[in-house]
Order: sequence, then structure tokens, then C-alpha cells
Amino acid sequence: MAPLLQSSQPWVEKYRPRQVKDVAHQDEVVRVLTNTLETANCPHMLFYGPPGTGKTTTALAIAHELYGPELYKSRVLELNASDDRGINVVRTKIKNFAAVAVGTQRHGNYPCPPYKIIILDEADSMTEDAQNALRRTMETYSKVTRFFFICNYISRIIEPLASRCAKFRFKPLTDEIMNDRIAYICSAEGLDLDPEALSTLSSISQGDLRRAITYLQGAARLFGSSILSTDLVTVSGVIPEEVVQALYSTCKSGNFELAEKEVSNVIAEGYPVSQIISQLFDLIVGLDDVSDEQKARIFKKMGEADKCLIDGADEYLQLLDVASNAMRALCNMPLEFPSEF
Amino acid sequence: MLWVDKYRPRSLDKVIVHQDVAQNLKKLVSEQDCPHLLFYGPSGAGKKTLIMALLRQMFGASVEKVKVENKNWKVDAGSRTLDLELTTLSSTHHVELNPSDAGFQDRYIVQEIIKEMAKNRPIDTKGKKGFKVLVLNEVDKLSREAQHSLRRTMEKYSASCRLILCCNSSSKVTEAVRSRCLNVRINAPKEEEIVDVLEFIGRKEGLQLPSGFAARIAEKSNRSLRRAILSFETCRVQQYPFTNNQLIPAMDWEVYVLEIASDIMKEQSPKRLFQVRGKVYELLSNCIPPEIILKRLLFELLKKLDSELKHEVCHWAAYYEHRMRLGQKAIFHIEAFVAKFMSIYKGFLISTFG
Repeated sequence: MAPLLQSSQPWVEKYRPRQVKDVAHQDEVVRVLTNTLETANCPHMLFYGPPGTGKTTTALAIAHELYGPELYKSRVLELNASDDRGINVVRTKIKNFAAVAVGTQRHGNYPCPPYKIIILDEADSMTEDAQNALRRTMETYSKVTRFFFICNYISRIIEPLASRCAKFRFKPLTDEIMNDRIAYICSAEGLDLDPEALSTLSSISQGDLRRAITYLQGAARLFGSSILSTDLVTVSGVIPEEVVQALYSTCKSGNFELAEKEVSNVIAEGYPVSQIISQLFDLIVGLDDVSDEQKARIFKKMGEADKCLIDGADEYLQLLDVASNAMRALCNMPLEFPSEF
Repeated sequence: MLWVDKYRPRSLDKVIVHQDVAQNLKKLVSEQDCPHLLFYGPSGAGKKTLIMALLRQMFGASVEKVKVENKNWKVDAGSRTLDLELTTLSSTHHVELNPSDAGFQDRYIVQEIIKEMAKNRPIDTKGKKGFKVLVLNEVDKLSREAQHSLRRTMEKYSASCRLILCCNSSSKVTEAVRSRCLNVRINAPKEEEIVDVLEFIGRKEGLQLPSGFAARIAEKSNRSLRRAILSFETCRVQQYPFTNNQLIPAMDWEVYVLEIASDIMKEQSPKRLFQVRGKVYELLSNCIPPEIILKRLLFELLKKLDSELKHEVCHWAAYYEHRMRLGQKAIFHIEAFVAKFMSIYKGFLISTFG
């Protein structure tokens, strides 16, 4: 029999705050924005900050609070990186939407200001040309349209666009705020999470609330309602500390055969190499018995290997290269090879 | 039928190697629903087996009635229409495909097929709308654009289809896609586990296994279960009853790479390089993937080297393999690696022995 469809809404969506004032931890942003809501006067805005801090949530919440459910569809255009956002779209779709003027009729208790909102999510993945094409559009239609840009890296937004917006920085969430929110979700879903698991969760999600909630849901689905910290580690794909430690100690030992064996073991266990490199980095950066120069040498190679992995290079070879380089740095063997001829 | 297929576990209860994963998966689908899943792990670890067993658990035996179809799509891509063709494997409940076969047009395939599946949702006996499962293989080979378009489509159509993604390395799948799936890591089976499986097959086939024989096969298999079973069957064909000192046949391309390695070690000269080139070409024309040739060659060379040279050689192997990805013709980069190795080794010989 075919499975029935149940409400399988991701918790990230289910527990997304609906109102600006519920957005956690971003006090300054919230204060400015509530003011905006009261006066219904809002500039172009640019939200930036690390993932999972509530940028999209805030933008959507403002739009909802300004227009209410009825007008929302006709007044708000939401585009993110998966929609086509080349220069053509900017010239046609966005421009057409921006150009239409709207009236001021009110619906219910919502302010319904006389302008529309275009939300450009993940704006840092727009091409520079597309961003340039937006400049004039923003100004021409500023009477009837407001733009909300959302991005992780403000440096990828071209300066002329950034200077036209009010900028809001979203801070990474602190552990307490995150724990509060997680505890709230746990009680709403009837989950049992002990303090140890809670602290594991906040350490593996590194201030990213969305990731924490996703892990929590994954673990709840796999392991039922009482969740241990090891379950969370399994779901998150974080590599157990022992594995990283083992790799490090083989590098330290200076024995190439041992390191090679350990590397093939890691690959056979199926751990993602980019993950192990970043965890190895975390481990080495905190060590006291490694000199700064050694660290610098190791990390230089890690950076190169990371780039190579993104280009699609083979995981085994890259990890072996990183390990052998780390070994040479840690055991003070000669480092440089005669470069290309 | 090959033993690999004959003894592939059909249901989650019967798997031998990944029992804990299988039990968790069973719990997962027991509520008649499942999230998007991402299986990752090295090849021959049992990802596909688990996926099929999972589908069977969800939908019953009807998932095994699959038909192979050559589908054509006409896609409207801005100013022109594209004709795409791809082979799919489908049953009434699931569709399986290799989107990366479509090359740089994989983005359209991903979007089109999901939309198509969302349009005609299956209706079960009770008149409820169900969902279909789309199994995508080799998602790590998908282009970046395809992965990006996947993330939005995954959310939009999540009511009518579930995705099961399967790949070798999850670092090549973008974080955005990974975070929308439940990640399941399938590690390669340990040698003892391979031995267990081989003994199980041996019992079923009524074979006499000398002690230690299965262990030798397992050791040679590089922790790939598929490979172990295949070579077990080869041994059976070659000689039965088994003897303790029976040779376990290696893959012929591995023997060939070994030959290349010893050629390189014996003489380092342009003439030898030319001969090696011919041999590498032969391997490539037999469809051995270039990165596998390079890895194997490195493996064989490392066995014969002094440890002071190893670091340098493995550095260059990583370097040329990366270049191979960026470039077009694999033979140039393999040859460059061989030439580099020759010059390093020759230099080492001269400095040591004068």
C-alpha cells in the first residue's frame, strides 16, 4: 500500500517566527523594524549575516505584517538563487513588477503602505551584471517599490547597490538563545533531550539555528523521541573526535605508511573529506605544542586542498597530500619541493 | 545470474552488513512517510542495495517490476528549445536516473522530471494522494547549477515526491542540498563483515571453504563487497574444490598498472616514457577512468619507494590529478605525472649512488 501523506512540514518552516518581534537575538534590527512597521515607512534594506540567523525570516515577517495574507501575493515578489536571475530576468520580470503602481486601499488591520516589496534572497549569488542592471531600476521605481536584499557576504554586493540600502547585520546566535529555542521546539514536539545532547547540538550547529533544527528533526525521525548526543552526531555528519585525533597522531608520528593507512581508512568509512579537513583544522588551531610557523604551513596546504576539492579533485589524493604535508611540518622535514620546471 | 545479484538482500530485515542502518531506516519509514534522503559512501559499500530494500519496505514488491525507458524531453530554455534524451528506470512508485549523463544540460533534466512527476501524482486504493520517489544517482557529478535548481524544486514539490540522492562523496554536494536531506553515511564493510557475507554465500551454494580463504579474498577486495563477491565467484569458476594456496585473480587492469609501475622503476628515459604512454592509452581505451589509473599507479609506486620520496610523489599525484579535472585530455596529465616521477626518481638515484 502506498504511504499516506502526512503533514511532513520541515520544522524549520513550522517554527519560523511569523512576526518581527519574535525574531530571536537581533534586538537592534527588531527595534528599527518595529518602528518601520508603525510608520509604514521603509527604506530599501540589505540584510547580511551568517546562515541560519533569521534574515529570510525577518524579511518574510515584515512583508506579512505589512500586507496581511490577502494582499501578500500581489504585493510581494520573492526571488532566490534557484530562480533564474540573470540579467534578462532583472530587465523583464523585476522591472515589470516594480513598474506597476499600487493603491492605498486597506485590508483589515494591516498598514498596507502604497508600495510593493521585492525580496531578493541570496543576493550574493547574483552576477555583477544583474546587480548593475538593478541600480537604475531601484531609483526609478523607488516610489512604488522597495527592495530587500538578503545575503551572507556583503562584499559580494556591489557598492552602488549597498549604498542605496539601509544595512542590517545579523549576529550569530548565542548558545543560550539557541538552547531556549530548541527547548521550546522539543517541548512542542514532545521530545526528550538531555543537557548533554543540547550542548552537543549547539556546538555542532555553530550558531546556525536552521541547521540545529534540521539535525533535531532528522534525529527525531531516525531515533524516536529520546535523543542522545551520539545520535545527533550521526545525523549531522560530523566526524567523531576519535577519527580526527587518530589522523592527527599518525601525522605526528612521522610514519608515512601509517598515515597512508589511516587516510584510506577514513575514505573507506565514507567520511566527507572537506569535513575532515575542517575538523582537523579546528583541532590543530587549538594546539599549544605546535609552533605558529608549523600551523601556518599546514593550513596553507589545507586551503589549497579545499580549493582542489571544490574543483572536483579526488578525495583520497587530496587528503593524503594534506596528511603528508602536515607530517612534514610537524616533524620538521624539508617542506618545499623544487617547483615546476 | 551473478552471485552479486542473486544474494543481494531484498528487504531491510535480511541485510547482513549494515544492520544498524537498516533498522533505523525501517523506523524512519514506519510512519508511512520519509524525508528526502542522501546516501553517501564509497562504491561497493551497499548504498544501492539499501535504497532498493528501503523502497521495497515502503511500497512492497511492486517496486521490483521495473522497466527501462528512453525518455525524451523538449525543454524550453529561453530563446531555444533543447532536445534531451535520457535512460530512466521506473516502476509504478519510483523513477531512477543518472542526471549527470546529460552533461551540462543536467539542470533541465532535474527540473523537468520532478515537475512531470509532481503533475501526475499516484493515487492509492483509498483515493489518497501518495507520492513518488525519485532516485538520483551520482549527484556529486551534477553541475553546480543543477544542484542549485534542485534545492528549490525539492522544497516546492516536497508534497508529491521524495528524493533519494546517492553519491560517493558528500563534499561535492552543496551544503544547501545536504541540509535539506537526512544524510545517511554508508561505510565500506569491514574485512570481517565481508568474510561473513562470503561464508554465508558459500553455505547457500553448498561450497566447502578452506579456513582463511574467505579472509584472503576480503583482504584483496579493498573493502568493496561487490568486488569480493565477484572475485569469489571467479575463483569458484576457476577451480573447485578450493585449495588453500589457490591464486585469487586480480583485475587484469591492476596487473597492467603494476606492469607500468615496474617499467617506470626500471628505467627512466624518454624512450620508456613513450612506451608507458602506449600502455596508458590502452588502459584508457578500455574505459578505465583516468583518476583510478593514477591512484592505482601511485599506490604501486609508493610500495616500492623509500619513505623520503613518498611525500613528494604523493604531492605531485594530487597536483596532477587536480589538473586532470580542470583539463580535457587525461593522458597529458598522467604522462606528466609519470615524467615528473621519473625525474624525481632519477635525481634521487644519482644523488644516492652517484
